[in-house]
Amino acid sequence: MTEVSNLAVSCVGLKKHYSDVRAVDGLDLSIGLGECFGLLGPNGAGKTTTIEILEGLTPRDAGDVTILSRTWEHDERELRERIGISLQETQLSDKLTVIETLTLFRSFYRRGHEPDELLRDLSLDEKRNARVGKLSGGQKQRLAVACALIGNPDILFLDEPTTGLDPQSRLQLWDVVARFRAGGGTVLLTTHYMDEAERLCDRIAIVDHGHLIALGTPKELIAKLDAPFIIEFTSEPHLDENEIRAVTGCRGCTRRGDAWQLRVDSLAVAVPQLMGAIDARGAKLVTLSTHAATLEDLFVSMTGRELRDA
Amino acid sequence: MPEPRPPIVELTLARMREFTREPEAIFWVFVFPLLLALSLGFAFREKPPDKIPIGIVAGPHANERLAALRASPVLLPRIVSEEEGKLALRRGKISLLVTGDATPVYRFDPTRPDARAGRIEADDALQTAAGRKSIFKSTEQHVSERGSRYIDFLVPGLLGMNLMGTGIWGVAFSVVNARMRKLLKRLVATPMRKRDYLLAHIFSRIGFLIIETVALVTFGWLVFDVSVNGSLVTFSILCITGGIAFTGIGILIASRARTIEAVSGMANLIMMPMWICSGVFFSYERFPEPVKPFIRLLPLTALNDALRLVMNDAAPLASISTQLAVLAAWAVLTFLIGLKIFRWQ
Ligand SMILES: Nc1ncnc2c1ncn2[C@@H]1O[C@H](COP(=O)(O)OP(=O)(O)OP(=O)(O)O)[C@@H](O)[C@H]1O
Ligand SMILES: [Mg+2]
Repeated sequence: MTEVSNLAVSCVGLKKHYSDVRAVDGLDLSIGLGECFGLLGPNGAGKTTTIEILEGLTPRDAGDVTILSRTWEHDERELRERIGISLQETQLSDKLTVIETLTLFRSFYRRGHEPDELLRDLSLDEKRNARVGKLSGGQKQRLAVACALIGNPDILFLDEPTTGLDPQSRLQLWDVVARFRAGGGTVLLTTHYMDEAERLCDRIAIVDHGHLIALGTPKELIAKLDAPFIIEFTSEPHLDENEIRAVTGCRGCTRRGDAWQLRVDSLAVAVPQLMGAIDARGAKLVTLSTHAATLEDLFVSMTGRELRDA
Repeated sequence: MPEPRPPIVELTLARMREFTREPEAIFWVFVFPLLLALSLGFAFREKPPDKIPIGIVAGPHANERLAALRASPVLLPRIVSEEEGKLALRRGKISLLVTGDATPVYRFDPTRPDARAGRIEADDALQTAAGRKSIFKSTEQHVSERGSRYIDFLVPGLLGMNLMGTGIWGVAFSVVNARMRKLLKRLVATPMRKRDYLLAHIFSRIGFLIIETVALVTFGWLVFDVSVNGSLVTFSILCITGGIAFTGIGILIASRARTIEAVSGMANLIMMPMWICSGVFFSYERFPEPVKPFIRLLPLTALNDALRLVMNDAAPLASISTQLAVLAAWAVLTFLIGLKIFRWQ
């Protein structure tokens, strides 16, 4: 095939099961060159399985995968030269130093970055001669991304690059991704964090139980939510569901522990009505908060579940 | 920008750095074998052979027999009652019991070599005391040549055992550790060639093997006066071939194991028969004839036999070619099979 495509990654009808678990259940994705694409979903949604199939590391049961107009079956070596990968749970060798690790990875690629330059770009130059075992979580994660970038790849695959990092380390990593994109690179990342997806990604796929449940730009997805505002409150005693649904413009409500969450068209209309309902019941308002709907709320409204277990 | 070094060089360097930064590994590979050689060497150091203990049953002839047997430098006779003597014989406290009236009767267990020697020696002494004349006067020459002492047998055996242990453990642990950390998976996500990764283990092993061997051989030479009588080139070729064979076995053991426990179990299972059969501490000559050909196919047997030939008998390369062929076959087969069935994730 000499068909020139401007797709960096595409897969059709991707399936993978482990004994009785359908980890990926018929997924279609296409990611354009230069795009930053986010795969979002709760624990066990199938994000890692999907990304590792796309990376040519996990065999699939069914479906087609094309990376840079090539397939793993025919062009593995060439593809390995052109993609950079950070796995969800790799621990690099503790006994090697940062620069030794990066130099080792550099030697695998025909062309690529100068290790010291990359360390400067990722603000790891101070840790150049430190053992990997002595790095902080954020520094290890940046080193993992450095190893992904060392071969100057066309596509960067990052599986939960910021999970467990403090806010500053997350910001630093976001910066790295932004710079890679500025150089024309394509990114596919997975995350639990909606703010990360909204901030970094051009388009987002929300997956659950191996299915695609929503796809679009962050704006499009939020617009899909039938109500743009969220009210969260607790009262003593609790209100019943039918009392809450009676509020004008209420598009739905979910119970989260002690709190009720309701999605509404307009705060100005709904908040006074809700207060009225609480008064009428003779109950006391304990907490109240409101915010504009986010991807997180979209996920909750579509699945009735939280994105993160915690 | 300096040209990056080839991956095989970087991988080998990385492996060597990881190893030298692991203090426990240094102990087990370099210090432990020296301590072992030292303690065994002293336990089995040369000393004059023990005299053979002999009982003489009390009776009319007991005293003259005692005097006659005392004349022999290799016998340790004493007078005992009949009961006492039989019990001592059964318990192995004496090797021979002399009874009988006018003509002596020897009671002994003929399967015990010192009992047979005692019988001949005692009979000789008694006959001489009774007036037998020697037909001619023979003389003795005692030998204790380098190359024939126990320590000369032991040092090559320890060297072989050490090369086996470090080859198998060194590789198997590091590979399984990398697999558990998902580091192998990360490496195959790069354009690295899989065989380079495994070859790097072999190359780094050869580096350490040289240090290890030099340390043990120097030690044996300084402390026990055991030296390499054969050519150093032959000796080096042999050690390296042996080291590679065991590295190959290490790769094969580690090729699919997912845990350290699995790999230690398997390594022990493979090494145990060789500790016993391959002639590390004692010769395998005592094993039944039909199993010997199989024992000789074990890599440690081949290595130990050839090491002894080269170190003690100064054997040339050609005369250890069988053993080298056995080792090379192990090296090639285990490496290829290991690479083929290797689990990278
Ligand atoms: N090697 C495996 N063997 C058996 N089941 C597996 C294996 N890998 C994944 N699974 C199962 O497949 C499903 C999807 O797992 P996956 O790791 O892809 O989820 P994820 O979206 O990456 O989750 P997380 O956010 O926790 O990383 C889970 O139910 C998981 O238990
Ligand atoms: Mg995952």
